[in-house]
Amino acid sequence: MSSQVQLLDASPFEPSHRRRVNAAAQARTSSPGDGGLPIELSGVFKAFGQREVLKGLDLTVEAGEFVVVVGRSGGGKSTLLRLVAGLERPSAGRVAIDTQAVAGPQRAARMMFQDARLLPWQTVIGNVGIARGPQWRAKALEALTAVGLADRAEDWPRLLSGGQRQRVALARALVGRPKVLLLDEPFGALDALTRVEMHQQLTGLWREHRFTSILITHDVAEAAALAERVLVLREGSLALDLLIPHNKQRRAASEAELAALQARILAAV
Amino acid sequence: MAMAKKRALSFRLPDGAAAWILPLALIVGWEIAADAGLIAARVLPAPSAVMRAFWATWRDGTLAQNVAVSAGRALQGLLIGGLLGFALGIVNGLWRPAETALDSSLQMLRNIPHLAIIPLVILWFGIGEEAKIFLVSIGVLFPVYVNTHHGMRTIDPAFVEMARVYGLGPFALFWRVILPGALPSVFVGLRYGLGIMWLTLMVAETISASSGIGYMTMNAREFLQTDVVLLGIVIYALLGKFSDTITKLCERSVLSWHPSYAKTVAERP
Repeated sequence: MSSQVQLLDASPFEPSHRRRVNAAAQARTSSPGDGGLPIELSGVFKAFGQREVLKGLDLTVEAGEFVVVVGRSGGGKSTLLRLVAGLERPSAGRVAIDTQAVAGPQRAARMMFQDARLLPWQTVIGNVGIARGPQWRAKALEALTAVGLADRAEDWPRLLSGGQRQRVALARALVGRPKVLLLDEPFGALDALTRVEMHQQLTGLWREHRFTSILITHDVAEAAALAERVLVLREGSLALDLLIPHNKQRRAASEAELAALQARILAAV
Repeated sequence: MAMAKKRALSFRLPDGAAAWILPLALIVGWEIAADAGLIAARVLPAPSAVMRAFWATWRDGTLAQNVAVSAGRALQGLLIGGLLGFALGIVNGLWRPAETALDSSLQMLRNIPHLAIIPLVILWFGIGEEAKIFLVSIGVLFPVYVNTHHGMRTIDPAFVEMARVYGLGPFALFWRVILPGALPSVFVGLRYGLGIMWLTLMVAETISASSGIGYMTMNAREFLQTDVVLLGIVIYALLGKFSDTITKLCERSVLSWHPSYAKTVAERP
């Protein structure tokens, strides 16, 4: 599988195998906040009946890295995320968070879904603090403040707009201070303006807390805007593993740079 | 939006009054027809005669006593049958083996018209209190069971998955996700059950009883007191309406999150 990745490395961007060493060094020096945990997939196969969704995936995500996975539907993106979340077990191979094999849903990893999945019979704050525990109200309110919805704490979720619902879902994901945040196309159904707002909010929170993030999207522009590293999944294997220099260095990319990036991602998809 | 709401409200007020026009007109017409001798008092006594019967039975205490006896039987049957149906619905909804073992048998029993077993019940219990409470319990059990079970089974699996990712244990999953999600359906079952409760009780008391509203009307029939018979029917209607109103109020407060019970004023932009 790794040979396929290397095939695509004739580019102005940094090749993936060289990058891995650099990123590890960088992550250690430039990660304030709570920090994230590294994720490692080695030789992961996943089949549903006869259909092989992931075919021997090897992948290392550094602690605190922001990875975006792009690919066509049915390419195995969601399955990859669900494996890391512990919602599915690999048919073969190993999925590990911080060298611990994933055997089920765990505290360190939180997931945001395509739909907000807010319980309609819980208030907004009840949804954010759904896991309860000591001082859950204070913690939930803090998370709601971080996404700018503290004033809606006592409302029913049905009174919120789609974007607000996803922000509540984001607050719910953040309330336990996760080390790993898994995002399964959470902004797919939002309008363009709301989406940009959500991007900014998410990037801001990620810079503050430095949780390891894996975001799934089919939107190449979204990938170029958010990712430090873009992975393209095609038919169950990695078709591209690409560093995004401007996000890594936290500078705005030029139009030409963005266009080149997007073209390259699109070509791999 | 505000305009539309205000208009709907201003239509609703005369609507409430309008609902009473037809029944009032019928009663007035009936009274006039009875007073004019168009309807024989033995077939259908005038509303005023029914009122007099009410007054007479109220003064000698038989009405209050019979209502109390009937209501007591109804309540006991409701408690036994309702709780049993609710418990069976929960167990079968949560635990596959129980469902496999019990559901098809319950569905079979459910299809027996429960009034058809009255002769058997009389053989078992005689015409004592147990017979009536048993019949009411059986009548209430099935609608509550079927709807509780259905409510449990139709919880959105996405919510259950979310709860797993967010670390809810089985206990929290039941109390925070499954039970509140099933409650609207449980209430449907309860309201069906209440209807069947009064129906069963009326039949049971008419066939074999020495007290209660059903007995009062059957006794009156023997003495050709059509006004008392009619009074009994009116009392049943009032009791049915009363129990339904109480359930509706409970529903409204328990399911205040549900869009159907939304308070129109609480909505914010």
